[in-house]
Amino acid sequence: MGLGQIIFIIITFAAFYLAYKQFSKLRANIFLGKPETTEGDESQRWKNVFLVAFGQKKMFKNLIPAVFHFFIYAAFLLTQVELVEILIDGIFGVHRFFAPYLGGLYTFLINFIEVLSVLAFVATIVFLARRNLLKIPRFVKSEMNGWPKLDANLILFGELALLIGIFSMNGADVALQKLDPAHYPDTGYLAISSTFSPFIFDGLPEGVLVVIERFGWWLHILTVYVFLNYLPKSKHLHIMFAFPNVYYAKLKSRGEMENMPEIMNEVKSMMGLAPEAEMTDEIPEFGANDVFDLSWKNILGAYSCTECGRCTAQCPANITGKKLSPRKIMMDIRDRVTEVSKNLETGDVKFINEEKRKEGTVLTKDNYDDGKSLFDYITREEIHACTTCNACVEACPIMIDPLEPILKMRRYEILTESAGPADWTPMFTAIENGGAVWQLADDRDAWTKE
Amino acid sequence: MNVPIMSDLAAEGRKPEILFWVGCAGSFDARAQRVTKALATILTNVEIDFAILGNEESCTGDPARRAGNEFVFQMSALQNIEMLNMYEVKKIVTACPHCFNTLKNEYPALGGNYEVIHHTQLLQELIDEGKLKVEGGSFKGKKITYHDSCYLGRVNGEYMAPRKVLEALDGDLVELKRCKTKGLCCGAGGAQMFKEDEPGDKRINTERTEDILASDATIVAANCPFCLTMLQDGIKAVEKQDDIMVYDLAELIVTNNQW
Repeated sequence: MGLGQIIFIIITFAAFYLAYKQFSKLRANIFLGKPETTEGDESQRWKNVFLVAFGQKKMFKNLIPAVFHFFIYAAFLLTQVELVEILIDGIFGVHRFFAPYLGGLYTFLINFIEVLSVLAFVATIVFLARRNLLKIPRFVKSEMNGWPKLDANLILFGELALLIGIFSMNGADVALQKLDPAHYPDTGYLAISSTFSPFIFDGLPEGVLVVIERFGWWLHILTVYVFLNYLPKSKHLHIMFAFPNVYYAKLKSRGEMENMPEIMNEVKSMMGLAPEAEMTDEIPEFGANDVFDLSWKNILGAYSCTECGRCTAQCPANITGKKLSPRKIMMDIRDRVTEVSKNLETGDVKFINEEKRKEGTVLTKDNYDDGKSLFDYITREEIHACTTCNACVEACPIMIDPLEPILKMRRYEILTESAGPADWTPMFTAIENGGAVWQLADDRDAWTKE
Repeated sequence: MNVPIMSDLAAEGRKPEILFWVGCAGSFDARAQRVTKALATILTNVEIDFAILGNEESCTGDPARRAGNEFVFQMSALQNIEMLNMYEVKKIVTACPHCFNTLKNEYPALGGNYEVIHHTQLLQELIDEGKLKVEGGSFKGKKITYHDSCYLGRVNGEYMAPRKVLEALDGDLVELKRCKTKGLCCGAGGAQMFKEDEPGDKRINTERTEDILASDATIVAANCPFCLTMLQDGIKAVEKQDDIMVYDLAELIVTNNQW
């Protein structure tokens, strides 16, 4: 076994192991949220996965970015085929393992990858320009300052590195096939590499070509490994999580807010419609003031969000200059989950709620209290500005629901804290006492008597 | 006007085919009352067997629920459901998309199961069946635009029925820049109607008014009492209230048919 193989196997193992650790952490973080069952037609869920996630149906409401995004997406999917070969080559110390076996099909596949890679290259440049030169409004909102902006650019640069890797690998290979056919099996004519290779690589010494080919090969695979481990920290996670997020997305009507059976039953017993509910000593908490009170599906949504801002661009509150941005809601949930997860990992007793902090108590999500909440990330002003118009829900290409967490936070504010906009109090009182949204002396059918 | 009341009919042992759910705005708001009367006029003229609940009707609870007040919502909703079930109501029509949504999508979880339709859907049905004749052509050649309410459109996916009704009116229908799935909210939903705006550059109805002005329409058709108020206010703020009129679809039909 050659030194290259040993290094490759060690790096591969390390990359997958680290990624596995990180993804396990993400899974645990998602399940910091409350359990929520998945109801409804399973075939509809798979249909959504096929059309919306795999087929990117909702992306095509906005044609130009959809087409460029599709180039990168298709290149990404197809390059996975090549990665299988890279893994085999790397582990067994062979070169282009599939080439002799697949023959014409191999040429077709590599050509397909090459063409898509050029399109992806163009798309990446276009995307860099849209973000940094054209400054498309949804990319330059205040929540994008700092890390989110850098994150987006790093991903695009990573993609460029991948593509440079592919073409230096293939281009040098074409030249080497002519010099050393025994070691470099014929790939057939490659639409891109065979065309540009003679101009750049012909006439270079074989040793230099080997170095360039290896450089491309390693650059490609190392970028993939870096990406794999970068994903859990990045908005780019959508390339994986979009699929489960679409699968688990709500199927029932958008118009139905989640019912609260505990309150329904209490009201029913007050009205004499149901037996009296059992009283418990604990003060009940309703709605959400932290990630533990959200559904795990809300947290999955936060991790799936790629911060494209289509939701925010459609939000009537945001359009008219209010602080609310549905994208920021999802970003804040993710940041808060990350913070909570880091603190939980330390096991430090200082994060245990003071009342529950006894000798030997172990820090868990049930006794966690760092003195902060989602309200430290999402201000009340933001959640109050929402008109529940569902434009954000409609806009999200991967079926994230930013509205649900907003409404859960409103419920916490009103039901648990008895706070919220003072303007609403007369409306609540009017409904409670008079059955109408306004306090009025008139009869409800007065209009019939005019 | 003479409108049948549910309790009166029940006393005579009669059950109407359809309940007209008037809603708070439709009952009390002076502007929305005109829509209520228009719809009642249409229902009477096409001889539909309907009734209202009158004083037995309460708020569906929509704004309370969306503000986060589940207690108030449940109290109002459970009372309504008890009443509706007592009268064995099967079918409900309402001119308010918020009432429509709550009755249709939220009451089932609380034990209230009814067939609920929005009045624009009923109007379309009646026109299609030939029961409602839209004649006279008062709107022929007039530029009419249509504002999708969030709770009929994006939330419940009904974009076509109101447009078909408008086509029957024979006007010159122009779409707003943001329409259908991308329709812009009027700014009233989610209990915004009952509070001041958060600080920002402008009001949402101002933003929507700009779409209306750009469409060059002289008539804006709406399907929601809160949109009516918001759009009218927005148009008034730019002093165009004499040039651009905002009407509910039911009002347009009544005007056209000169009822």
